[in-house]
Amino acid sequence: MQEQTTADDPQTKGVRDVGVVIQESENNRPVIEAIEADNPGCSVMHSPGLVRITAPGRIVITQETVEEKLGREWETHEFQMAIVSYFGNIQEWDDDEIVIAWDH
Amino acid sequence: MTLAPENKTKKAKKLSMKARYEALTRGLDWEPSYVEKDEMFPHLDYEGIKIHDWAAWEDPFRLTIDAYCKYQAEKDKRLYAVLDGFAQGQGHLGLTDASYLNAMKIFIQGVTPLEYGAHRHFAYLARHFAGPGPRFAALCQSIDEIRHMQTEIHTLSNYNKYYSGFHNWPEEYDRVWYLSVPKSFFEDALSCGPFEFLIAVGFSFEYLLTNLLFVPFMSGSSFNGDLPTMTFGFSAQSDESRHMTLGLEAIKFLLEQDEANVPIVQGWIDKWFWRSYRVTALVAQMLDYMLPRKVMSWKESFELYFEEQMLGGLFEDLAFYGITPPRHVEDAIKEKEILSHQVYWTLYQFSFAAAFTTSAPSDEHMDWLSQAYPDTFDTHYRPLWEKEKKNIEAGGRHFAPGLPQLCQVCQVPMLFTEPGDATTFAQRESEFEGEIYHTCSNGCQWIFEREPEKYRQAWLPVHQIYQGNCGGPTVPEVLEWYGLQDGDAGEYIGSRDHRNWQAWQGEAAADTATPDETKAGA
Ligand SMILES: [Fe+2]
Ligand SMILES: [Fe+2]
Ligand SMILES: [Zn+2]
Repeated sequence: MQEQTTADDPQTKGVRDVGVVIQESENNRPVIEAIEADNPGCSVMHSPGLVRITAPGRIVITQETVEEKLGREWETHEFQMAIVSYFGNIQEWDDDEIVIAWDH
Repeated sequence: MTLAPENKTKKAKKLSMKARYEALTRGLDWEPSYVEKDEMFPHLDYEGIKIHDWAAWEDPFRLTIDAYCKYQAEKDKRLYAVLDGFAQGQGHLGLTDASYLNAMKIFIQGVTPLEYGAHRHFAYLARHFAGPGPRFAALCQSIDEIRHMQTEIHTLSNYNKYYSGFHNWPEEYDRVWYLSVPKSFFEDALSCGPFEFLIAVGFSFEYLLTNLLFVPFMSGSSFNGDLPTMTFGFSAQSDESRHMTLGLEAIKFLLEQDEANVPIVQGWIDKWFWRSYRVTALVAQMLDYMLPRKVMSWKESFELYFEEQMLGGLFEDLAFYGITPPRHVEDAIKEKEILSHQVYWTLYQFSFAAAFTTSAPSDEHMDWLSQAYPDTFDTHYRPLWEKEKKNIEAGGRHFAPGLPQLCQVCQVPMLFTEPGDATTFAQRESEFEGEIYHTCSNGCQWIFEREPEKYRQAWLPVHQIYQGNCGGPTVPEVLEWYGLQDGDAGEYIGSRDHRNWQAWQGEAAADTATPDETKAGA
């Protein structure tokens, strides 16, 4: 079910996944595309109404990429409208990026 | 200055998120001058937790009042647009089957009142924590939780116009036997100190198990044509990510503040993991038995959302502080193969006294269960249902006579078996001041023996019935005291909801909703 596209990369061996679950909707499609673009090692799983994106160690959501995909201004607070759940720790929620990673 | 590139000027007027959050949580706080700090915050010492620096609390969301109000308003706007459209377009007729709503009946009866409890207690934390960061996070959560209660009521009230079982949930929550499972869980948490409550609800319930509780619910509603509940779920879960963050931040904060906090927190994790896990038994049976269109099995979601994400991810992180995975977690893992089957089999037999209906799984449903539970369903549970099928064919659908014995701690009927042995019922006994108390598992027994003076006071519905406190000694008297009406309880096939549904759907629904029973007589 989970395709680990980065399994051969020695750097990611033994690194625990983090993940974020997003509502699958027309509004959120550009946000999902932005996350996929900014996190090349990620895996995506679909279940009814939901998209679950996981990646080894770290997921970043950047304002610049989302704005590019969306074609309008987007403040990172707006990610609250898309997020359903996550696992990992929200390490950073700044004006320009959101980072989910384990601390230890 | 005038030469600044345009794209740099667009956000320059506003303070950064970080600066705004600092201004709100630090700039607006003050040191008391005419009372002592511990007079102002009198509840923070008695649990033994030591906090040296409240300012070390960082809310990663950096939420401020303007951003909070803006996005919450937007969430409500989106939800109510969907609710209106669904009601106007008779959307309820597009559900997969009226039996799907049994899951939603349990939800409004058993979960909505918890939201209200959470609202009240987070308001208390918003008053009593000595740091402005956690106080503000608790205030937002308190407002979120009352929004959840209100939007759940609005979402499900539309079904109350057409279906049974939705009309008396607040009273049922206080009185009905299976609802004492979530009620006693939450009141156990409400009667703890502020820090234990935060670990109980903020961490164990909302971080550890929230995905297991809500994500399958939302996928289930989406898959079964229930657009309002799905939309409500998204709306609430987006707040929930903030609540998860508060729970995780809380635990890390306590562990970092003082080493003496570590064993206290570990004890709370051990207790509240098992308490919360026992409440999820109701979700397990819903996933495997109550959804006409299945999303994923309990076992699969337990493996994904708990074993993989929490044991494999979170607890590795907490090991840094000397925290180990919850006590009795091995028993929960062993139960994943059998939990939903044992719970549903019990609810099936006792649904004559419930505000929802049950029905035996169809052949197709059983095949799905066999494939989802290859090691247990065909050996242990299919034979039960095959036998029940014969009973039904002979006109004798089985209801249990009498009332079940309840666990003194989790208040679930004593239906569980020994870890790793699905054929021997587990029954634990503990003595306290000359009285014997029964618990359902190693986890519940351990919790009882840790605080017997608390759990001996449990309001156990079955004991209360026998003591004459529930309307009278006979089943009809008790059901009247529960406020149940015709059509609320019992078997789904032939129930008021089922008959209405068939009338509304015409012949097509009759074929899909009653595959075996109607043909059996032919
Ligand atoms: Fe809530
Ligand atoms: Fe919550
Ligand atoms: Zn128990």
